[in-house]
Amino acid sequence: MVSVYLDHNATTPLHPAAREAMLPWLGEQHGNPSSIHRFGQAARNAVEEAREKVAALLGARPPEMVFTASGTEANNAVLFHVARARASGHLVISSFEHPSIREAAARLEKDGAFEVTRVSPGTDGVVAVEAVVAALRPDTRLVCLMLANNEIGTVQPVAEVAAACRERGILVLCDAVQAVGKIPVSVEALGVDFLTLGAHKFHGPLGAAALWVRKGVEISPLLVGGSQERRRRASTENVPALAGLGAAAAAAAAELPARTAHLAALRDAFEAELPRRVPGAILHCTGSPRLPNTSHVAFPGVEGEALLIRLDIAGFAVSTGSACSSGTVEPSKTLLAIGLSREEALSSLRVSFGMTNRPEEVEAFLAALAREVEAIRRLAPASVLSGGA
Amino acid sequence: MGTSEMGLTAVAMSGGLDSSVTAWLLAQSGRPVVGLSMLLWDQSGVEANGRCCGALDLGDAKRVAQQAGIPHYTLRMDQEFRQQVVDPFVSDYLAGRTPSPCVRCNTWIKFDLLLEKARSFGAERVATGHYARIVEGPDGPELHTALDPDKDQSYYLFELSRQQLAASLFPLGEMTKPEVREIARRAGLVVAEKGESMEVCFVAGGLREFVEAQVAEHPDRFAGAAARLDQPARLVNAAGTELGEGQPYYRYTVGQRRGLGLAAKSPLFVLAIEPEENRVLVGPEEELLAPGLRGERLHWIGREPAGPVEATVRIRSRHPGVPALIRPREDGTPGTVEIDFAEPQRGVTPGQAAVFYQGTRVLGGCWIQGRL
Repeated sequence: MVSVYLDHNATTPLHPAAREAMLPWLGEQHGNPSSIHRFGQAARNAVEEAREKVAALLGARPPEMVFTASGTEANNAVLFHVARARASGHLVISSFEHPSIREAAARLEKDGAFEVTRVSPGTDGVVAVEAVVAALRPDTRLVCLMLANNEIGTVQPVAEVAAACRERGILVLCDAVQAVGKIPVSVEALGVDFLTLGAHKFHGPLGAAALWVRKGVEISPLLVGGSQERRRRASTENVPALAGLGAAAAAAAAELPARTAHLAALRDAFEAELPRRVPGAILHCTGSPRLPNTSHVAFPGVEGEALLIRLDIAGFAVSTGSACSSGTVEPSKTLLAIGLSREEALSSLRVSFGMTNRPEEVEAFLAALAREVEAIRRLAPASVLSGGA
Repeated sequence: MGTSEMGLTAVAMSGGLDSSVTAWLLAQSGRPVVGLSMLLWDQSGVEANGRCCGALDLGDAKRVAQQAGIPHYTLRMDQEFRQQVVDPFVSDYLAGRTPSPCVRCNTWIKFDLLLEKARSFGAERVATGHYARIVEGPDGPELHTALDPDKDQSYYLFELSRQQLAASLFPLGEMTKPEVREIARRAGLVVAEKGESMEVCFVAGGLREFVEAQVAEHPDRFAGAAARLDQPARLVNAAGTELGEGQPYYRYTVGQRRGLGLAAKSPLFVLAIEPEENRVLVGPEEELLAPGLRGERLHWIGREPAGPVEATVRIRSRHPGVPALIRPREDGTPGTVEIDFAEPQRGVTPGQAAVFYQGTRVLGGCWIQGRL
């Protein structure tokens, strides 16, 4: 049976180098990095080696890296730190941030001490620098802007926003979870104060992520009860996962130009061929700076949920939006934010290519897509085809 | 026909024992199968609006699907379920009727909306864990009772059409519950020891409390109802004599004996509920006996008969059935009937379904308006 995975923005398969780095810690080796004995020393060494590799990928210094269990935890840690440190004030976030930022901000707003301004992207899927600057206030404590959107893949003007914030002494958090490993990411070039990444989005393991905190910027721990991570995150380190994260970071650094080229070639082949194979398909935000691997397509008159399920039954894994814990489908907030109607949003699919995809898989996918869209259109009443209701 | 040429079958999976065994059996038969679960009603207390919702019982459905080796998808159908099942359920109580929501769920949700969704995924049929049989007759598919009379659920399926039956599968129709459980045990399904599901799946506590909560939560849907909810009903006998004040009218059910709070020489029963008058009619047991019923929203599974029909009629799901004559109403209102029982029956309850049988075959049915 066909089995083609085209949902790499949800998660990616493990890189062989990451697997190799993890295996000793799932087998013959074990140790608590905080232990004084040699078991602990070896584990400590594995964690610090990983820290160096992740820092190197970002052009950062190893002590600036705080390991966490997830990108969500890392993002939460920053927002709740700011809330503790500043007690009250104003936050600016883009309206299509990851829920770990949106909902953390909403909680601070609900608790009453913080006001939140949500800046929407334009129809090009990009948040305008001027719109963020216009939202800044004297009491703005933090600005959150993702580097690349998880659904439509558009790259945001983080460096420009960070420059404007720096002049005003406002901290900036950049969620780079979707960008790291796909495009070059340099904390210095971005000029932000906090940056987050997650291993499993770039062929590392689940359960390992990192928060970069600019030297001199304070971060109080979200989790307390231990002195790990220089007292910035209590918990015994997840040694195997962090070893995998380090190896995945090193592999990403070494392979980055080849990755970008491979992914862009797959995506460009898909997007070039799509209009011919599936008439009426609409690609979103192709004119904007984008990740090399992400296509977001609307199929007017076709229910995205039905198309996703048909493709899955046929052996092709794609997504209609961000992955959801209960597996149900709701219109994507991101697509609504870039000005699509509910119907258009519900007719869209996200295709995110990965390093293990081959050109012949793109070809097979196009054929399946054409077949399944046609089958749905045959079933659909004319009113749906014309986009009514 | 080899299994490879068989079209895709969608199994409605609730996470319960019956639908799990249905999915497992179909997957074992080698035909292509996909599991579908419906998110109908969120009881987790998590506001579901625009967000990922609580997984409810559907986690078990997902696990069974993995055990059966089939893909599984959860479909959000809570809005339609509310419109087609929950709101009419509440409205029935407010109108003094005792509703039968499972029939509406089968008619409008499982074998309509779910079937339509399944077709959009490429499926040809929907299979469910119902205990009933579909038998190919001379004029098309017929609905029949399950072989196990204790589990028979054909009553709840009487509103299906031939087209719906043609696209349905009930693999458990020839099995008994112990056999089904044994299959689950032998297959090692995670739901093998699960008990029976709740009577009304969307009501966790008391029915009357549910009605009150719904009216309080959605006053717009049940206009004017809130004001009447706490008014005590007047309890009157057949002669019109007021016997006292009771609870609000919607808390009573026809045939109810307990909880009337009236002192009388012989036990009193609820005979009828009259919401407009805010009255509950009570009387001795013999007055519960009705010679027949008036029905509306008549449905025939096959062709509509030209004249009166003799059939066994079940007036609630657990009713053994009574021989009866089903005849068009004298005023000729379309979709209405009068039914004469061969013997008077207790508890003709407005809001329940009257389902017509000839032998094991379900001919159709109607909704009870009142007694004759």
